[in-house]
Amino acid sequence: MTPLLEALENVARSKLGGDGVDNLTRLTAGATQEIWRFELLRDGERTPLVLRRAPGGERVSETAVGLETEARLIRAAAAVGVPEPPVVHVLAPSDGAGHGFIMGFVEGETLGGRIAKSEALAPARTFLARQCGEILARIHGLDADDFPTLNRSTPAELMDRYRDIYRATAWPRPVFELAFRWLADHCPAPREMKLVHGDFRNGNLMIGPEGVRAVLDWEIAHVGDPMEDLGWICTSPWRFGVLDKPVGGFGEREDLWAGYEAAGGAPVRRDEALFWEVFGSMRWGVMCAGMAAAFRGPDPSVERAVIARRTSENEIDLLRLLAA
Amino acid sequence: MQDQPTPPEVLAAVAAFLRIVVAAETKGATSFQARVAANALEMMRRQLELAPAAEADERERLTALLGREGGLFELNSELSRRLEAGEVDLSTPGVRAHLWKTTMAKLAVDQPTYAAYQAELGAAKSLEE
Repeated sequence: MTPLLEALENVARSKLGGDGVDNLTRLTAGATQEIWRFELLRDGERTPLVLRRAPGGERVSETAVGLETEARLIRAAAAVGVPEPPVVHVLAPSDGAGHGFIMGFVEGETLGGRIAKSEALAPARTFLARQCGEILARIHGLDADDFPTLNRSTPAELMDRYRDIYRATAWPRPVFELAFRWLADHCPAPREMKLVHGDFRNGNLMIGPEGVRAVLDWEIAHVGDPMEDLGWICTSPWRFGVLDKPVGGFGEREDLWAGYEAAGGAPVRRDEALFWEVFGSMRWGVMCAGMAAAFRGPDPSVERAVIARRTSENEIDLLRLLAA
Repeated sequence: MQDQPTPPEVLAAVAAFLRIVVAAETKGATSFQARVAANALEMMRRQLELAPAAEADERERLTALLGREGGLFELNSELSRRLEAGEVDLSTPGVRAHLWKTTMAKLAVDQPTYAAYQAELGAAKSLEE
């Protein structure tokens, strides 16, 4: 029996009132977290659950909020009506499985390409953009003071951070320079800071024909300009080829914004939308460019190498936005 | 002179083997990674075939734009510096066209199926016609 399975058996008996666990399987998604699926055995029934934990239980990313905070964020979001799986247990040191938490398993589609294109999800695409706006309004309504450990970043500070990551790649990219220059010239004035999800996009949403079933991946939540979340989901990489549907390849900006304002979000600054879409392409581009160092360092996988070579996708997206 | 078959030909054969045999006869993460590996080899095959001419063109444009000679890394670093400093921008003659041509040449190697690249390729073709 592996140490993880043994730890989960103990958690099942001592914390979840169960008789054991079965079918522990590592799911492939998630580069900075391990995601496992297993079944809790209890009174002759099998309940599917998901474990998210730090790689190897212990390796904690510098930028991530930490799994304990992530669990609290999911619970807080669920309490204000954001679709979330129930968090059933946060691992304690005595559980012997490292940092992580156990949540309910939600069935649905997370692959962005299918969400943007599949026939089965066509009904959802008619209202998904508006629903995303409503959900973001609820997230931005959470009290950031309840999460004092989260990073706080103004748009200018965020830009500086990504510029630093880009500079560290030590590889000249004239298109990125053009984008950084444009972003510096168009940086929005500071506004009221809100708790933002930070990675709210097609691919981190669990979708069914009836709409959003769960908002996943809270690991880079922070306190910042709420327009950041509204712009990120409109960024080109998350359209999965459906270029004429700016919101995640499934909807229109106007519907996203209308849903946001109707659900109590602050009036959307429509003139700042382009800034956040340019910012989004720059951000994803810088992340891709940084994969070259990860490939030469801790993760020499082919997958890493191939993601590094997706940097140019963002360069063409930036040119389409800035030099059409 | 090295013998034949050429590197692009061998890379294409290995990519086909990974995609058609390995990916089909394995499952889960291994099958996925075999497809990723096949894509990576195809990308390298395209780079061997396309990059020499594209990079020669890029260097020629950069030399004209910057008024100096140098290697590609050096010239791109200088263009980057001038863009950052605001010494050149999209209104500088040649800059816009250079950035577009260079980016299109990168996409032709990296991600020729990328929707935005296909859209721009289509737009360029319809301009020529």
